Amino acid sequence: MARLAKWLRLAALIGGAAFVAVPSIPAVAGVDLPKLEKGKGEKCVEETQFMRRNHMDLLKHHRDETMRKGIRTTKHSLKKCVECHASETTGSVAASKEDFCAACHSYAAVKLDCWDCHATKPGKNPLPQMGQGGQVGQTSPLMASTQNGGSK
Amino acid sequence: MSEQFKQEGGENSDRRAFLKTGALVTGAALAPGVLLYGVAHSRAPEEGASSKVRWGMLIDTTKCGDGCNDCVTACNTENGLSGKTGPQDSQWIRKVDIKDLRTGYVQSLPMMCQHCENPPCVDVCPTGASMKRADGIVLVDRHTCIGCRYCMMACPYKARSFVHEPLTEQNPDVPRGKGCVESCTFCVQRVDRGEQPACVEACEANGHKAMIFGDTMDSESEISKALKSADSIEVRADLALNTGVRYQGI
Repeated sequence: MARLAKWLRLAALIGGAAFVAVPSIPAVAGVDLPKLEKGKGEKCVEETQFMRRNHMDLLKHHRDETMRKGIRTTKHSLKKCVECHASETTGSVAASKEDFCAACHSYAAVKLDCWDCHATKPGKNPLPQMGQGGQVGQTSPLMASTQNGGSK
Repeated sequence: MSEQFKQEGGENSDRRAFLKTGALVTGAALAPGVLLYGVAHSRAPEEGASSKVRWGMLIDTTKCGDGCNDCVTACNTENGLSGKTGPQDSQWIRKVDIKDLRTGYVQSLPMMCQHCENPPCVDVCPTGASMKRADGIVLVDRHTCIGCRYCMMACPYKARSFVHEPLTEQNPDVPRGKGCVESCTFCVQRVDRGEQPACVEACEANGHKAMIFGDTMDSESEISKALKSADSIEVRADLALNTGVRYQGI
């Protein structure tokens, strides 16, 4: 009986030591925190901490502005994100698990649908120039039946 | 409502006049005799599409080359389409040959989304993904498209395609993906930059000049003048859709 108690005490001691030792290991067992490649330029369009929390909201807002209203500002556009954050090795933001978007998202196990449609690599026309938007006209044969140009 | 509309127009035209003057001055400063044409019509990126513009296209089928496929090729390159013409492949613009069975007279013309003022595809869309932009360009918002394909059924011009397979290597300006319906966008990414749609540019480059693109609300634009000076028709005018694309010579 006494021997058993001794063994138990030893086991508890080892267990306790292991418990105390765990927090000194930098990451949670087996999974390292994602290492992000540094983007181009000095800094992001917003503070890093703000972007970590809110990039999805900014992107969602901007997508509707661009898609539905034709507002093509570049500050919060996905295309601009890709231009700065594309990896130097793969040239992409999501080609490998180390690339900018994929690194955090695979760590957090959040599936991204963006890249089903959007290009993960920067394109040939990095800075689109705005141009002709047409002028105010008085009459139009195509607009004869209504004045509502299409705010559907 | 109409008062507000007018007021908006007033402000806008002032702004445009100012921008135009600015652009002219810049042009003059750069080099005498050289005018930055695109800048004279500039709109700021934050301005967005305006309902004071309606983009339209006029296609003169008598100038359209029989067997010429340049508009289709240009569209495929610009928008990243495969160029295949199978039942499951996307075609945003296609060449159609029509034959008068009595006389045997054959005509060739490009057919694509007609960018209707009253688009049936927008009417039937259950999610609001099929939409018309303020400047008359009919688009599919792929973020809300569920791929039900009602719009494909509703379109009288058979203009829409469904993406059946996963895609890669898309053009950054033209996001496309599996499970969504798509069609001609008038190359909206180019139009917003002040350029012509790819098909129009290709048609002009090969010398046919069968397609004119422009703002039909601007009475001074080339397309408005062309529309005013000669007869043109809508395909399926009986449906009263007031299409943005019109044809001559058919």
